[in-house]
Amino acid sequence: MSLNTRRKLLPWLFIGPGLLWLLLFFLYPLLNQASVSLMTGNPEQGYDLTWAFHNYWDAISEYKEQFGRSILYAGVSTLLCLIIGFPLAYFTAFHAGRWKSFILLLIILPFFMSYVLRTVAWQLILSDDGTVVSFFRTIGLLGDDGRLLASRTAVIAGITYNFLPFMALPLYVALEKIDPRLLEAATDLYASRTTAFRKVTVPLALPGIFAGSLLTFIPACGDFINAALLGTPQQYMIGNVIQSKFLNILDYPQAAALSFTLMLFILVGIFLYARLLGTRNLTEAAI
Amino acid sequence: MSAVTEVTPPAPAEETAPPSGGSARTRDRLRHGGLALWSVLALLYLFIPVFIVVLFSFNDNQGRFNFTWQGFTFRHWADPFADPDLAKALTNSVEIALISTAIATALGTFMAMALVRYRFRGRSTVDFFVFMPLSSPEVVLGAALLAMFLTLNINTGFVTVVIAHVMFTVSYVVVTVKARLEGMDRHIEEAAMDLGATEWTTFRKVTLPMIAPGVAAAAMLAAAISFDDYVITSFNAGQTQTFPLFIFGATRQGVPAEVNVLATMLLLGVLLLMAGNVLIQKSLARRDTMRAD
Repeated sequence: MSLNTRRKLLPWLFIGPGLLWLLLFFLYPLLNQASVSLMTGNPEQGYDLTWAFHNYWDAISEYKEQFGRSILYAGVSTLLCLIIGFPLAYFTAFHAGRWKSFILLLIILPFFMSYVLRTVAWQLILSDDGTVVSFFRTIGLLGDDGRLLASRTAVIAGITYNFLPFMALPLYVALEKIDPRLLEAATDLYASRTTAFRKVTVPLALPGIFAGSLLTFIPACGDFINAALLGTPQQYMIGNVIQSKFLNILDYPQAAALSFTLMLFILVGIFLYARLLGTRNLTEAAI
Repeated sequence: MSAVTEVTPPAPAEETAPPSGGSARTRDRLRHGGLALWSVLALLYLFIPVFIVVLFSFNDNQGRFNFTWQGFTFRHWADPFADPDLAKALTNSVEIALISTAIATALGTFMAMALVRYRFRGRSTVDFFVFMPLSSPEVVLGAALLAMFLTLNINTGFVTVVIAHVMFTVSYVVVTVKARLEGMDRHIEEAAMDLGATEWTTFRKVTLPMIAPGVAAAAMLAAAISFDDYVITSFNAGQTQTFPLFIFGATRQGVPAEVNVLATMLLLGVLLLMAGNVLIQKSLARRDTMRAD
C-alpha cells in the first residue's frame, strides 16, 4: 500500500468503529422508525408497511394538546433557567474570587444523585401536607385547598430544577471568556453600566445563551419523568404519550410518528433559533 | 421570588457620565450583594432535594412509605442491601456503566483524535453526525432503538441497554476529548517524530499521556450519564432492572429508605474522589514548584 493511500485511510481507521456503532444504533433506528411510522396493523397480528401517511395526521391531531404542552413547559422552563442561571453564572465568573471552583462544584454536585430520586424528593417537598404548601396557604398565594403537587407549576418547577445546571454551565463558560477590560473600556467611553451590559456583556454571552437554551430545551421537550412524578394525566407531555404507546399500548406506528415529529420539530427549531441569534457555526456554538 | 426586582442585572438607571463618588460605590455594593444573594438562593434550589434525600435516609419510617418524618434512626444504614431486588438493580447499573464506558471511551477517543488531527474529506459531515445524538431528545433515541430491536426480533435486556448507552455516551466522549486535543501543542509530537520516534511510539509515549486527563474526564462523564439514565434505559431494558428503573418503579408503593442510603453513599463517594483528586493535584503542583526552585 502506498504511503498516500495509507494517509487517506488512517483517519477512517480511527473513526470507523465509532462511526459504525452510530450508523447501526443511531441512524438506522431513526430510518427504521420512519418506516414503522408508516405502518398499519394491530398488536396481535403485527404491523405492515402500507405508507400510511395519515398516521402522522392522526397522531398530531389526537395529541396536539400534549405537543403544545411539551413546547410550552419546555419553553417556560428554559426561560426560568436563564433568569435563575444568568445571575448565578455572572456572579461566579466575575465576583466569586477564590470561591469560583467551589461554586462550580456545587452546581454539578446534584448530578451525582439520581435524577429520578431527586424528582421523587420534589414530590415530598410539594406534597399537600408539606411545609411549602402550608406556607403558601398562610401567605395567601394558595387557597385553603390549593395544591402544588399534581399541577402545572410543579411540573415546570421540576423541569427547571433538573435542567438548571445545563443552562448555568455554558453561560459561565461564555461569561468567563469575556475580558473585563472590554467592560472597562465601555464605561471609560461613557457607556453607563446598563449600556455596557447590554452592548458588551450580553452579545459576548450569546454563544452561552444559545448553548444553554438548547441543552435545556431539547431534553425538557422530551422529558416525561417530571410530568409522570409531579403531574397528573392533565399535565402529560408528548414524552409520556410516546412512552406509554411504545411500552404499554404497543401502538408502534403512532408512537413512531409522534417521536419522528418531535425530532423534526426540534431540528427545525434549532435551525431557526440559530438563524435568530445569528450563529454561523451551529455545532461550534452548541459545544 | 421577591428578590427578582433587586437582582435582575440592568440595575442602575441610564447615566450620561461615568459613575463617580459615594452613591455609585453604594450602588455597586448593592448590585454585588444582590447577585451574591441570588446565587445563594439558586444554589439552595439545587440542593434542597439533595438534603431531603439525605435526611430521609435516617427516617424511622414504618413499611415502605417514606414521606413524613417519623424520627431518627441508623436502621437503614445498617443494611442498605437488604432488598435483593435493589441490590441486583444496583449491580446491574454498575456493570452496565463500566462496560459501556469502556467501549464508548475507546471508540470516542479514536474518533476525536481523527477529527482533530486529520483533514480529510467528509470530516465535517462526521463531526455533525457525532453531534446529532446530543441534539435529539432521549425519548426519541430510546424509542427508535426499541423499534429497531422489535423489528429485528431481538429480545431487550442487559446487552441492548449496553448498546444503547454506548450509542448516546460516545458523542459526549468525542466532544470532551476533542476539547482537550484542540488545546494541545502539536509541536511536541512533531519533535518526538523528528527525534526518530515512530508514529506508534509517539502516540504511546507523547499523545496518550497528554490527553489522559481529557480521556479520564470523558470516561467519568460517560459513566455518570450511563449510571443515572432512566429514559433510554426504560425503553431497552426488557426485564432487566437498573438503579434508576428500580426507583421509578418503586414510586407507586413508596421508595424504600435504603435507596436514599445508597444514593447518599454514592454522593459521598464522588465527593471523596473529588477531594482526593484536588489533594493529588495540589501535591503535584507543589512538587513542580519545588523542582523549579
